[in-house]
Amino acid sequence: MNRIKEMTKGAVSFIKGTPQKIKSGLKNFHLTRKVFSYPYILFLLLFVIVPTAMIIVRAFISEGKLSFDNFATFFTDGASLITLGNSMLIGVLTTVICLLVGYPVAFILSKMNSGKVLVMLFVLPMWVNFLIRTLATKALFQAASLPLGLGAVLFCMVYNYLPFMILPLHTTISGIDKSYVEAAQDLGADKVTVFVKTILPLSLPGIISGITMVFIPTISTFAITEFLRGNSDIYLFGDSIYIKFMNNAWGVGAVMSIIMLIMVLISNFFMSKLNDSNDGSQVGARLW
Amino acid sequence: MVKKILERSYLFLVLAFLYAPIIFVMCLSFAGDGARFSLSGGFSIESYTSIFTSDKTPALLDALKNTMLIAVISSVISTILGTVSAIGMFHLGKKMSKIVNNVNQLPIINSEIVMAVSFMLFFTTLGFPEGYVRLIIGHVTFCTPYVVLAIMPRLYQIDPNIYEAALDLGATPAKALFKIQLPMILPNILSGFVLSFTLSMDDFIITQINKGTSSGIETLSTYIYEDAKLNGLEPFWFSIFTIIFVVVLAVLLVANLRKKTQSVGGKNAK
Repeated sequence: MNRIKEMTKGAVSFIKGTPQKIKSGLKNFHLTRKVFSYPYILFLLLFVIVPTAMIIVRAFISEGKLSFDNFATFFTDGASLITLGNSMLIGVLTTVICLLVGYPVAFILSKMNSGKVLVMLFVLPMWVNFLIRTLATKALFQAASLPLGLGAVLFCMVYNYLPFMILPLHTTISGIDKSYVEAAQDLGADKVTVFVKTILPLSLPGIISGITMVFIPTISTFAITEFLRGNSDIYLFGDSIYIKFMNNAWGVGAVMSIIMLIMVLISNFFMSKLNDSNDGSQVGARLW
Repeated sequence: MVKKILERSYLFLVLAFLYAPIIFVMCLSFAGDGARFSLSGGFSIESYTSIFTSDKTPALLDALKNTMLIAVISSVISTILGTVSAIGMFHLGKKMSKIVNNVNQLPIINSEIVMAVSFMLFFTTLGFPEGYVRLIIGHVTFCTPYVVLAIMPRLYQIDPNIYEAALDLGATPAKALFKIQLPMILPNILSGFVLSFTLSMDDFIITQINKGTSSGIETLSTYIYEDAKLNGLEPFWFSIFTIIFVVVLAVLLVANLRKKTQSVGGKNAK
């Protein structure tokens, strides 16, 4: 689902940035037309707000009473904390590798004339279901008789999420005004300085959104580690939320969901902040 | 020149990395001799014929049917709900429309596993019947926001004078809506529909957690998951993966090429 998040981001900032003036011409019909949105508002309340609120409330209920027991259980349990640490470690490693591999790709693509067509080639694999991609990776590892474990998990994560890094980076880098680069050159900067002082800072929004697009899904997926962990005991945050709910430890599962939710909201806050300051102008090359 | 060659070969290397597992599975699907993970057995289409003769065929067809059924129903509902509410949201006051927009984004930014478990909690607490109802509600909830987002920007782009002209020429508001506004946002409605269909078909996490144990409903992705967990990867699956790859890639290529020609046409019209 993530890939679409990236693609619709432009649309979101577009809606936010549009002046409301245009609508004044239609003022007479506001009263009737806005009624159309009421069923959906009700729907959102019932199926988005209420379930989210329930998960939050559930975290504070233990044995039928309001308490912080679930939080205490989670934060004193060594195994859950190791899971949290493992997820963070794998998330950070995956993100760093994706950034290091993906940035040059996005940079080279933005310089090429045929870049737009090539971007499509880089993005196509992410439309194949992630389970199939994961199982294909497993087949590749087994055929090459490579051991499953941390290496295989990392390989598959990078393989699964690299397009999510390349896409926002490419949109941002190809949206950079070339005259900044030329100005820097005119002022006597060498190639490295031009890159470090102009291109890198200007591509920061892309870097941030790429990091979010990779980090959050990496720590919250389940099933990938299940197939690729082999004999090691790598569990990610997503895996353990699933396991907690399947084993009827709903309270602790709810606590973990809240932690996940907070991470999502924080990263989204930074992303929207950067997008607002950049006017969301890089709607450019999107697949849809 | 050397730099250019280096750059190209770097791109090629990354592409090779991205496609290696897919291409490897495609090759495996044609491997004969039932030898797992090896191409030594020569060429055969055995794994393709086994799709129809395997003892898993009924379960597979059932999963395919469920996937399609859920995808069609939820994408149709999402498209209608999304279109109607996008038009409504466009006419909401500034404050209200901002709030609704933010809530609308929650299913998009939220991580799937959190959404899935909160649905599970919600459904079991309120005693929703297990099975299709839960799955379709779940799918509609994560598809509709994308439909709304596909339509909203277009609504802001349309010149309001066109609509007013229709009214001046004697059309009723309802007629102006159906004859003027809807046709103008039709391409966006369609892309919203395609998007929700794809999302629904592709979904694994929400379906897996909310399908329930007693209903026995499996979609393609949950069936692949369950089977691969139990039996490991059988050659049978390689052929199915290959078919899925080819279908997905073909659909995407067609969609993109069509989109390109359309946008060129659109520019000329202006």
